[in-house]
Amino acid sequence: MPDGIAPANASATPEEARIDAAVRAVLGSMAGDLTATEAALLAELEGLGRTVARAKEEIASLRVDDINISHIPSATDELDAIVGHTAQATNEILDCCEVLEGVAGRVGGGEAEALSGAITRIYEACSFQDITGQRIGKVVTALKAIEARVAQVTERFSAVAAGHSLPASAPPPPKPAAESETEGRRLANGPQLPGAGVSQADIDKLLADFD
Amino acid sequence: MDKNTPVLIVDDYKTMLRIIRNLLKQLDFENVEEATDGSEALAKMRAGNFGLVISDWNMAPMTGLDLLKEVRADARLKNTPFIMITAESKTENVVAAKQAGVSNYIVKPFNAETLREKIEKVMVHA
Repeated sequence: MPDGIAPANASATPEEARIDAAVRAVLGSMAGDLTATEAALLAELEGLGRTVARAKEEIASLRVDDINISHIPSATDELDAIVGHTAQATNEILDCCEVLEGVAGRVGGGEAEALSGAITRIYEACSFQDITGQRIGKVVTALKAIEARVAQVTERFSAVAAGHSLPASAPPPPKPAAESETEGRRLANGPQLPGAGVSQADIDKLLADFD
Repeated sequence: MDKNTPVLIVDDYKTMLRIIRNLLKQLDFENVEEATDGSEALAKMRAGNFGLVISDWNMAPMTGLDLLKEVRADARLKNTPFIMITAESKTENVVAAKQAGVSNYIVKPFNAETLREKIEKVMVHA
């Protein structure tokens, strides 16, 4: 055995055993002595094979259950809780505003006007709950897509670690048929990031251009 | 502008329905009904006689745009003023809504003055 080629190991994994067998097959097919360059190349190839095998094992041993059973559901639950808590807080703020509107009706005059103006601003500000809820909904959708992909990748490499050949990639999940997706659903993208959407002024101008 | 006209507000966020209802109350619109998606809104419109619809876009199962198309295709409802209030702020959304016959379009977050101005505008033309 040339220098740098490790002897066969009794505790080798099936992947490592395959690498050993491949190296030995190459060696057996060579006539005469190996040159130093050929030996070095074989050693490099063997090292590379072992690195790939280790990477496959590490991916296969990832605690995918932690990700799929605990981390992602926990993250989505936390996000759902955020939506629930902000909705609850917003409704309490709105309760207070409705009480204040009653007070404004009784005091009248300038005080009523000032109160009414402030209440209107609170109503306007409370619409944040809708926007944040939609943004969080987008994040939950992204998390679920990641969860599905991680499960798919680890399932494939678990099969390899168990000595099976790499299964074919699972087909992508079917997209809804174009004819079954309405224009309203297709164009529903949710809130845009600041600067990405058009302003109310731009919308007014756009609508005016149609008239 | 007749402030006794029945108004239908459509949004899947109950909080948003409450905010819009309260803002409408400040504008003296007291005759307000609610729906939480397009199909519920369409059923209410077919059963009632609304003079104004204020609808969100992103709802399930029926979106605001699909509701708008249904309304414009219905012989009895087709002339109902329809304002979209939505977080959908891409040009393609505004164009699609206009092509479907929206009366006006308000992007969230919005202020009370914008709501008042758009309502006045669409009710004048109603």
